[in-house]
Order: sequence, then structure tokens, then C-alpha cells
Amino acid sequence: MVKRIDCKNLYYRHLNKIIQDEAESGETEFILDNLNGQRYLGTGINKNVNITVNGTPGNDCAVFMNGPSLTINGNAQDMIANTMNMGKITVHGNVGDVVGYGMRGGKLFIKGNVGYRAGIHMKEYKSQIPVIISGGTARDFLGEYMAGGIFILLGIDNDSEIITGDYLGTGMHGGVIYIRGDVENDTLGKEVKKLDIDEEDRKILRQYLTEYCQDFGFDVDKIMSKPFIKLLPLSSRPYENLYVY
Amino acid sequence: MKSSCYIPSGCSISAMMSESGKRIDGRAITKSIALMHDRSNGLGGGFAAYGIYPRYAEQYAFHMMFNSFEAKGIFEDYLKDHFYIVHDEEIPTRPGAVYEEDTSGINIEYGMNPITESPVLWRYFVDVPGNRTQFVSESEYVFEKVMEINSKIEGAFVASSGKNMGIFKGLGYPEDIAAFYNLDEYKAYIWTAHGRFPTNTPGWWGGAHPFGLLDWSIVHNGEISSYGINKRYLEPFGYRMELKTDTEVVAYLFDLLVRRHNMPIKTAISALSAPFWKNIDKMPERERKIITAIRQVYGSALLNGPYSIVLGHSRGIVGFNDRIKLRPMTCARKDDMLYMSSEESAIREIEPKPDTVWSPRAGTPVIGELYEEVE
Repeated sequence: MVKRIDCKNLYYRHLNKIIQDEAESGETEFILDNLNGQRYLGTGINKNVNITVNGTPGNDCAVFMNGPSLTINGNAQDMIANTMNMGKITVHGNVGDVVGYGMRGGKLFIKGNVGYRAGIHMKEYKSQIPVIISGGTARDFLGEYMAGGIFILLGIDNDSEIITGDYLGTGMHGGVIYIRGDVENDTLGKEVKKLDIDEEDRKILRQYLTEYCQDFGFDVDKIMSKPFIKLLPLSSRPYENLYVY
Repeated sequence: MKSSCYIPSGCSISAMMSESGKRIDGRAITKSIALMHDRSNGLGGGFAAYGIYPRYAEQYAFHMMFNSFEAKGIFEDYLKDHFYIVHDEEIPTRPGAVYEEDTSGINIEYGMNPITESPVLWRYFVDVPGNRTQFVSESEYVFEKVMEINSKIEGAFVASSGKNMGIFKGLGYPEDIAAFYNLDEYKAYIWTAHGRFPTNTPGWWGGAHPFGLLDWSIVHNGEISSYGINKRYLEPFGYRMELKTDTEVVAYLFDLLVRRHNMPIKTAISALSAPFWKNIDKMPERERKIITAIRQVYGSALLNGPYSIVLGHSRGIVGFNDRIKLRPMTCARKDDMLYMSSEESAIREIEPKPDTVWSPRAGTPVIGELYEEVE
């Protein structure tokens, strides 16, 4: 069975309660129509349910999300995947600022662009590694304070242009950022270094990009045919000398 | 219930403009700002509307707030001494009115929040006597009087003072403020709106957004951390900060830079939301020299802190962010309409299928301009 909900003028708290209750009693497929601006979608459900969103979800979409798969047919706003733990989000559009804030697991696949501060303070623990892939461009402060996880930026429609903003990886101390193409050296944050990718990186990229390309109908070989670079932190504790105890 | 629960707020702004000058009633902008109900907390809401007074388009329209009828009397004596009053009337309101559409589903959840108490609200359409503008321009004369009223007449505040425009604001949620002021009965080619979540300054009628002076109106999400510097910079030019809210300085800075110093709006924004020195160093020589000069001369006009702002004036709207984009702003276009809002959903609520939707770069203004005359 598929539970279809008309979200027109439905307050976010009601909507999320309906989904949580239905998921609790065994429903696994949800289609949300006419969704517009409702916040905190997909939170509070510790199960592998599928939620398809037709519309524009509000801020903090998938905050603390722990299991569900979210397919968004449209753009998403700010703070998507905030502190997300498990599950997958597929966005067939662009997303706003501060995406994947403190994200600590799961996948966030975005067809289009990310805004400012994408991947800020992502983290990882052993095998729990969050992955964000954006097919478009990023604005300033990509991977700010990043502590773990993988961020892949593709710039699919911008083959000849720089696809990143300024202050790349400022304060980064863990994880890795892969960028298709190149970046300007004077946009690098003080805490990162730019490196060529090696065979191990290519394996990781191909693994995640194969799934990504299946989701959005891109050609993985074509995307992999362009060179990538990676950004790694210079130190795992960039600010250890900043404070005096 | 409301006071004991988490309020996920953070101010909201929304703006819409018909660049071909078509006038639209206030229902759409109300619906847009109502969708973001949760971003404000009931301590301020307001709207600016341009093109609403075609009958008195040549007069300065003073929207006034009075703490008492005594203040109103003192103000009117002052006004008669300095202007010709062409027409005056009480601003029509509906105390107890509430926004009845359930745009965000909030009414079912929390019930209604009617506006029941207000200051005395009155509007005056005035001409400047010809003999008063021998040595100062008309706009300069009006500016001086607005500053004098706000600082010298106890309990009287000017909400707006431009021609063929008005600001409707108060204490409450923005959609309820719209119902209180009957905004569905006004038609404007530019609407801007604000839902307030006051942080550092009191929530009161005069402190709600938009802030207006002459033609200008400002709605603002964020905080002007440089308020003290900006205030001290503006005071010697005759500006008086009397409304207890940081946003006030933004309206006055535009007035100073654009109206009095004849700066193009874009240039003014390069002073207010100036590029970083490291980026100035990379500019072509001519541009680098200009921006360097602006930063040197107008250093104290720099707005620091997080903000997204929409400036309204009779010829257009301008949306811009702080330089590192610490507050949200999304824009959209559909035919002759330009929209700007804190959230994309607030635009889609009134325009589900825009031609383009984009988030402007930090420090880069989005400009809407009238290309035809107002209908």
C-alpha cells in the first residue's frame, strides 16, 4: 500500500505526526503531494520507509533522520540533512545553504547546486561515513570545519568554469572533498591542501558515482573521464595552538 | 501552549514587485509571509506598499503612530505650522481581526492571534509650502521635519513619509497585521513584508519593520552589529535614531548615500556590503580604485553582521545579503514579477511555477526596476 497525503495547508507538526504514526503501524511507502514549506520532514522515523516529496520541503528537512529514504522532486531549502544519521536523500533540484550540517551518516545526493557552507562540520565514526554528492556548483565555505565524511562536487553543466566559491575547507580537520575539475589556489582555506587523486580515490568515486548516476540518469564513465582533485586537511587539530589553557 | 514550546523562529522577509507597474492587492504578499509564520514570534509584523494612493500621489503621505490623542494634537499643531494638510483621516483598521486563510496550517494548531490594541493610527497627505524650499530641497525639508517629529514630539512616530506609498506595521504576526489594516483593499506595484523575531531590541509598534523615510523602506532579517558606528556616523548628518531597532540605520544610510550624496544604488551597496580587501586587490585597476575610495570615504557606513535586506523605493526593489551570506534569500521571476523571500516555499505559495528561481550571491544585489509607468 502507498499512503498518499495532500499536504496543502497542513501544519508541519500534523504532517510529521501522521507519517510517524503510519510508519509505526507498518506503512512503508509515502507520497506527499502539494508539500510547501513544511519543516523537519522525515525525522522521528527509525525505519527504512520511502517518502516521495512533490513540492518544496521547508528548512531542516531530514534533520536527525535515521533510516528513511527521501526522494524530493523539486528544490530543497536551507539546512537539509542537519545531523542526519542514516538513510538516503535524493534531491532532483538545488538545495539551499548549510546542507548536511554535522551530518554523521547516510547519503545526500543532489542533482543540482548547493549553497553556502555545504557539508559544514560533517563527521564520521569507523564505518559510519556520510556522503554528499552535488552535481552542480557550490558557494563559499564548502566543507567548513569538516571533521569526516566524503563530499563530491561535480559541476556537470559547468565543464569550463570553476565550480567552487571562496574559503574552501576553512577549518577542515577530517574527511575528504573531491572536486571534478580544479580550484583556484587562493580560494583554499588555510587548513587544507589540494592533491591529485590516486587509485584508491578513483575506486571510492566510482562506487558512489555509479549509484548517483543511476539515480539521476547520468553517464558515470563520462563523469569519471574528467580529472578530479581532492582536498585534505593539513592537520587533524588545526586550532590546537589557538587556545591557551 | 505557545509560551511553553519551542519557537523555531528567525525573522522572515518577503517582497514582490510588478516591474511593469501593475498594481496588485495585498492578499498575495500576506499569503507569502503567512507561510513563514514560524519564523516570527508575534512581536512585530509589517508591510510597505508603493502605488496605493493615486488620488494623493503628489502629496507626502505621513503614516503616524501616536501614544495618545494629546500627542496627536501636539503633532497636528506642528504639522499645520510646517505643511499644507490636503487631507487627513484615521487609518482604517479592524481591531480583533485575524488572518483567516490557513496558509501554513497554523491556525488549527495554535488558534488565532488577533490584534486588539494599537496606538492611534492616522494618515496625513501634505504639501510642502513653496516658500519653505528657498534654501533646501523639498525632500530635505521633509527629512528634517521627520527627524524633528520622531525626536521632539513625545509619543508621536512617523511610520512612513513618502509619496504614493505607505508602511503598515505593528505588534503581532504579519498576517494578522495585514488583516488588522485591511491590506486586501490596497493595490500596489511593490509590496515588501516582514515577520519579526526581535532579539536585541524591544518589540513595539514603532520598532516593527519596515522602516521608512521619504521614499525608502527597509525590511531586514538579521542583525546590524555595526549599529553603534553607523549611528555615530549618521548623527552629524542630522539623522536621529529614535526607533530602538538596529534596522533603522539601514534606511537612513540609503537616504544619505543615494538621495543626498547622489550615489547610484549599486555603488551605495558596495559601501554598505563592501567587498573584502583581498577581493578588491584582485579587481581591474579602475574598479579597484573606485571601490577603495568608497571603502575609505564610507568606512563607517559599512554594515557588519548577518543580514538579508530588501530595500523598497518608488522605482524598484533591491535585495542584498551580508558578504558571507549568514541569512537566507531566494529570488524568483515570472513574467514581469520579481519575488524575493527568506524561503523558496514562500514564493511558491503565491507563484507555484516561476520562470526562474535562484539564490543570489552574498554581497551581490538583486535589482528590480520599473520599466513601464505605474498603471
